[in-house]
Amino acid sequence: MQWETVIGLEIHAQLATQSKIFSGSATTFGAEPNTQASLVDLGMPGVLPVLNAEAVRMACQFGLAIDAEIAPQNVFARKNYFYPDLPKGYQTSQMDHPIVGKGHLDITLEDGTTRRIGITRAHLEEDAGKSLHEDFHGMSGIDLNRAGTPLLEIVSEPDIRSAKEAVAYVKAMHSLVRYLGICDGNMAEGSLRCDCNVSVRPKGQTEFGTRAEIKNVNSFRFIEKAINHEVQRQIELLEDGGKVVQETRLYDPNKDETRSMRSKEEANDYRYFPCPDLLPVVIEKSFLDELRSALPELPPQKRERFEREYGLSAYDASVLSASREMADYFEQVNAACGDAKLAANWVMGELSSLLNKEGLEIERSPVSAEQLGGMILRIKDDTISGKIAKMVFEAMAAGEGSADEIIEKKGLKQVTDSGAIEAMLDEVLAANSEQVEQYRASDEAKRGKMFGFFVGQAMRASKGKANPGQVNQLLKKKLEG
Amino acid sequence: MHQLTLAEIARGLTDKQFSAEELTRTLLARIAALDPQLNSFITVTEELALEQAKAADARRASGENGALLGAPIGHKDLFCTQRIRTSCGSKMLDNFPAPYDATVVEKLAAAGTVTLGKLNMDEFAMGSANESSYYGPVKNPWDLTRVPGGSSGGSAAAIAARLVPAATGTDTGGSIRQPAALTNLTGLKPTYGRVSRWGMVAYASSLDQGGPLARTAEDCALLLSAMAGFDPKDSTSVDQPLDDYLAALSQPLTGLRIGLPKEYFGEGLDPKIADAVMAVVEQLKQLGATVKDISLPNMQHAIPSYYVIAPAEASSNLSRFDGVRFGHRCESPVDLTDLYKRSRAEGFGDEVKRRIMVGTYALSAGYYDAYYLKAQRIRRLIKNDFVSAFEDVDIILGPTTPNLAWKLGEKNADPVSAYLEDIYTITANLAGIPGLSMPAGFIDGLPVGVQLLAPYFQEARLLNVAHQYQQVTDWHQRAPSGF
Amino acid sequence: MALERSEVEKIAHLARLDLNDADLPRTTETLNNILGLIDRMQAVDTSGIEPLAHPLETTQRLRRDEVTESNQRDAYQAIAPAVEDGLYLVPRVIE
Repeated sequence: MQWETVIGLEIHAQLATQSKIFSGSATTFGAEPNTQASLVDLGMPGVLPVLNAEAVRMACQFGLAIDAEIAPQNVFARKNYFYPDLPKGYQTSQMDHPIVGKGHLDITLEDGTTRRIGITRAHLEEDAGKSLHEDFHGMSGIDLNRAGTPLLEIVSEPDIRSAKEAVAYVKAMHSLVRYLGICDGNMAEGSLRCDCNVSVRPKGQTEFGTRAEIKNVNSFRFIEKAINHEVQRQIELLEDGGKVVQETRLYDPNKDETRSMRSKEEANDYRYFPCPDLLPVVIEKSFLDELRSALPELPPQKRERFEREYGLSAYDASVLSASREMADYFEQVNAACGDAKLAANWVMGELSSLLNKEGLEIERSPVSAEQLGGMILRIKDDTISGKIAKMVFEAMAAGEGSADEIIEKKGLKQVTDSGAIEAMLDEVLAANSEQVEQYRASDEAKRGKMFGFFVGQAMRASKGKANPGQVNQLLKKKLEG
Repeated sequence: MHQLTLAEIARGLTDKQFSAEELTRTLLARIAALDPQLNSFITVTEELALEQAKAADARRASGENGALLGAPIGHKDLFCTQRIRTSCGSKMLDNFPAPYDATVVEKLAAAGTVTLGKLNMDEFAMGSANESSYYGPVKNPWDLTRVPGGSSGGSAAAIAARLVPAATGTDTGGSIRQPAALTNLTGLKPTYGRVSRWGMVAYASSLDQGGPLARTAEDCALLLSAMAGFDPKDSTSVDQPLDDYLAALSQPLTGLRIGLPKEYFGEGLDPKIADAVMAVVEQLKQLGATVKDISLPNMQHAIPSYYVIAPAEASSNLSRFDGVRFGHRCESPVDLTDLYKRSRAEGFGDEVKRRIMVGTYALSAGYYDAYYLKAQRIRRLIKNDFVSAFEDVDIILGPTTPNLAWKLGEKNADPVSAYLEDIYTITANLAGIPGLSMPAGFIDGLPVGVQLLAPYFQEARLLNVAHQYQQVTDWHQRAPSGF
Repeated sequence: MALERSEVEKIAHLARLDLNDADLPRTTETLNNILGLIDRMQAVDTSGIEPLAHPLETTQRLRRDEVTESNQRDAYQAIAPAVEDGLYLVPRVIE
């Protein structure tokens, strides 16, 4: 039996506003419990919500970026249920009239192909607080700092067909919200949360199978593992003659398995109705026009422009445009040195390795774009070789100054005087006369292998400073005799 | 001194006939002596009152002369008063000193009023007799065996008994106007959005409005001027400038067009009340008004619509009472469900539980369309009726209640019979228009009220008509014997 | 539309209200009376009429995004039934 996987993702993005969606409390992460919980956030008797303009703006920016319909009015609704991290006993969310309607996000897969994933809707809602389950003599502790933080819930169509596509979608979403500056995308801190709806069906069947929801998977890696595990679980279940139960499951990364969430098993009747404390929100066309004109260049456009303007490959363009910061950095390097190819290689190569090793974001790179650009200029003008450049790069990373300063201080200038090089080569060949004899006596194939030995000797003798190109050229001439 | 209206008190204080502190002490003594018969106060705030009275006297001494400076009032216990118990008439909040002041409380305090205490009310504002309070029923000073009306029963009884000249109330289905009618007072429900709901514990958010109760329209105008106004903390608060309610009082009524809905005068109305209404009409005609018959065809559907919308919103508004962050919590909960179920069962009275259940049902899957949406469609029909009617008339006049004050305990067995008493008042809440009840006479010793309704934001008109009526009648000056 | 006892129990559970078994019959009866009143609505023709959620048909005002609240934890938790280390305590929540 051939099976097809069907996945829909619900992503909750915490909007990066200063204050909460319905109150003026701060939204900073990591504060002492309940020090950022105002009367409104605590659901005290008599309090009322007032809507944060920035949350509306950010949601609309998102809608425009995914080419979505944005209705002239949207309405907040109450989702009623009891849970200790939900102070009012209802969550203010949006039901029939979400702020953002149908849109789409294009994703690029590893093989370079793109797929368009439909987005059903995105709506605004308030976040709940947190339950801490460390024992307080058999009790749980509730922290309501997070209660009231604005969330944008983004619901995809069930268009995703594999765990890898799901990861590509989440990565693209992560990149987009950071590009727009509406969310910091920090999955570890919970700024970006992903719930996966997974089902399988026999290939060719049009009806969807019963789906299970995997809640709160908080890293790209876990998303892939959780989905793969769940797909496997469902297939085995169905092949054994069983039925998939529509339920909520949690992914356990330690055991690499999903399990049923007992407490959410009973179907909840949320009794949605329009929140009477809030009025319909009007979105004017002029507001949207203004927002649209102020949108930054988004990943797809940037990627396309990098390919076109800089002649980069689709892969390179997509890596460099993955984050706004990386794209800006690359373009600054390119502006400094005028060589997109070299800039791309260095940014994606040495710089990225360095950042990974040090666990740094590109915004905190010890080597600035100007520094890197300056160094590449020296490669281009033959002042240093590519190999020496690596040393210069490491020195810059250690805070030793600009490329020119380092080259000067350490005397790393490439030797390009052919006379000097020839003299050095003559010495090398004289010191290795036996190998020279052997070389001259060998055929093409053997010569190729032995050539490297002489190059090595030459580089040692010149302490790496001889221009490799010239060394190759002159050495060949001398060896040919 | 206890017979003085707010307006008279203002003159008395200005003329230095007495001080705010003296007046406050006199009333506090009266409350101590007489309230046990009525049970209109839940909390007497002696310390705060004296503090505020002294402050008001100091302000007056320094030259300030605001009409409410030193005016003694009571607050319905639905308004949050910082550090003072705000019980909403419920065991659920018996141990709840509010952590903040309602906007209404803040504004009145800024104007210099003196808070004598928090007034008794039907639990969470649900009721028309003030019999559902955790703190016991309130008695009608006109007949201690009868109800004062509700839910602002404590406010009404305290004013009628001259324990306090005026008070705040709230009106969701008639809870200011109906008790005013049953106790010979003037009570105003402003236009929805005119008075801030910040700090006014929510019953039915799209119907609730805070307003004044007093013995005269003039006093209501004084209070409303300080209570009303835009509040950025309340999204449903309307940003519209206030009228000069006091200046508008003296407008002559020549040319006033009064509408009498024919649907008002059906079977359920006590014929003597109908007579009293017609007498008011005659009086107003003498003052220059004209009358015509109008129709409010959807009025009969108002009660079912109200008794879906209000409980539905209430069922959601009251979910926050769960024993976690404030209020009543049951002893030794075994698990979360037990915490919720027992805390709420112990904290809420029967009427509140009933309405929460009705509301929960009306919103539940499968019933939402047939109940909630249906009720809201009817709501639009009722609003449309008023908009239509007001194209031809300036005010709509009729009885406030179909019956006089009933005996304590009479309607306890059948809550629905109490619901039917709201027939004249709830349409104003559904449509959001302002309404006022004023004294219009007595039947067998019990007060009768007549209701005036006006288009949106025309509170000034209502107060004007009532004030002019009160210049040529004296029902409103009568006091119950023994008080 | 009369309710059975079992439905009343379901509603009470949704609303997290403990219902006394002894009270259940009377509660059911009273609720059914109220529902009888409400059911009168079904006789009204409301075809083509839009629901009215807010009496005044105004729209939502937006608030500027700025922090206006400060830490008031001590004051707010002074009235809480069960608090420890700044957290509100509830019976253990199992996920």
